[in-house]
Amino acid sequence: MSRDHDPPVAPVEERWPAISFQERMDTATFDVHERAHIVVDGAVCRDCSTRDCVVACPANLFVPTSDGGIVFNYEQCFECGTCYLVCNREGAISWSYPEGGHGVIFRRT
Amino acid sequence: MADAAPQRDVDAIIVGAGPAGSCAAIALARAGHRVVLLERGPFPGSKNMYGGVVYPRILDSLIPGWWDEAPVQRWITRRSTMVLTDTSSMSIDFRNDAWARPPYNGATAYRPDFDFWLAGHAESAGAELLCSTTATGLLRDGAGRVIGVRTDRPDGDLTAHIVLACDGVNSFLSKEAGLYQHAEAKNFTLGVKETIGFPKEIIDERFGVRGREGVDIEILGGTGGVNGGGFVYTNLDTVSVGVVLKLPKLAAQQRRPEEIIAGLKAHSAIAPLIEGGELKEYSAHLIPEAGWSMLPKLTTDGMLVAGDAAALCLAAGIWLEGVNFAMASGMYAGQTAADALRRGDTSEAGLGGYERRLASTFVLRDHRKLRRAPELVLSDRVQHRYPQLVTSVVERMFQVDNPLPKPGLRRILAQERKRAGVRRRDLVRDGWAGLRTFG
Repeated sequence: MSRDHDPPVAPVEERWPAISFQERMDTATFDVHERAHIVVDGAVCRDCSTRDCVVACPANLFVPTSDGGIVFNYEQCFECGTCYLVCNREGAISWSYPEGGHGVIFRRT
Repeated sequence: MADAAPQRDVDAIIVGAGPAGSCAAIALARAGHRVVLLERGPFPGSKNMYGGVVYPRILDSLIPGWWDEAPVQRWITRRSTMVLTDTSSMSIDFRNDAWARPPYNGATAYRPDFDFWLAGHAESAGAELLCSTTATGLLRDGAGRVIGVRTDRPDGDLTAHIVLACDGVNSFLSKEAGLYQHAEAKNFTLGVKETIGFPKEIIDERFGVRGREGVDIEILGGTGGVNGGGFVYTNLDTVSVGVVLKLPKLAAQQRRPEEIIAGLKAHSAIAPLIEGGELKEYSAHLIPEAGWSMLPKLTTDGMLVAGDAAALCLAAGIWLEGVNFAMASGMYAGQTAADALRRGDTSEAGLGGYERRLASTFVLRDHRKLRRAPELVLSDRVQHRYPQLVTSVVERMFQVDNPLPKPGLRRILAQERKRAGVRRRDLVRDGWAGLRTFG
């Protein structure tokens, strides 16, 4: 059988409803506290060339800025710990858990 | 010193109402001790997710008949081990009817449901559950002995004769106590998961199961060049699909986790199982992956550590277990703490029974036996070269290239081994390592 006769397979974007990263993150629930539980020192990040946090954070919370720094948004954090483990700059990431009751909440059925 | 025992708020503080903490609390409370179980989430399980299968037989002694009440999604009756390359897949598919009946084997369950249920048993046993409370540090006496925890509650400090750190994979308490040397990225994997909703009938049909029967597919390959693995699990009306990614490789490959899941979902072996569903939840969590080689010290004066906090998670390729190790280590920690409280000696020496209990049961015996597995399973050859080798050998075995005659298996093996860039002595060495590891 030649490939010409294969049934057409829809491209990936048609087989799943298109979903933006923000919509993806909105499927999880976050009870955001006013205090940021993770603080990133952009000055330390400025001369970092690997930017491992930007790639590895599953919530995509590390955003490179045009001036070579990194902006971190703590609000939709899974509290997983990936960022401080992959970070190779001493003092760049100050990591703690959010205040009790706050942060990510995985749902009960 | 013959001082009377100092006053403490409670007998035992358990930090973390996950499977380890709740089983520890059940053991301690049933022994008659005053126990506080701290949980930083608004309810037990709210911070917890996992790949998806729990093996609860360790509960036989703690909660007899647990299968009648545990909030299980499906009982695993089909277990597939799948090897993926970009354009092919090979599965070993095992189905067992006995796993659909008590005492069962594995089950899929949502952790917020399962952990909530287990913590309910801790409360029924008499433990006091305090949710929305983060333990922010240890309290120690002048001699350095752990005597309680600081919390972020207004009334702050809480003292006890013993603290059980069941505070999960990041365990800041065991790091503060000096039980961990240094947490290294290479010892951890990141698990990311999508839970995708379908009508139950579609899941039954696509996966070939009925009623409460469920499927567990473990995947080698399909992780976009990042060392790790993939998984697909059936819940009642959702399918969990996700990947486990070795942290340093993930960072080095410059591919984002959700892109790697998307790649797995698009594979011809996976896509027909999950297309058309609605994304219900995206989530992520770290896994202490390195097993035996990363185990911390388990006790210090006034403190024990259990579960993921003690890195007691078995990531041995064909065996992927964690909740059972957490429940068991928590239970043994609770029993040891109860004995120590009764004797009035919660020093490190007085807690020596914990490691003895773990060493005489599956908790440390499995870890010791499989101590070489995580490194072997996550090695570059097993991750990248062997899937190619295996699938290309099978492809040539089953491809009918008439008018050419069938090539002999030995010739196929030799040719494909060369093509996959695997040296004969490495194959022999890895085969031997595999036998020593899993045999």
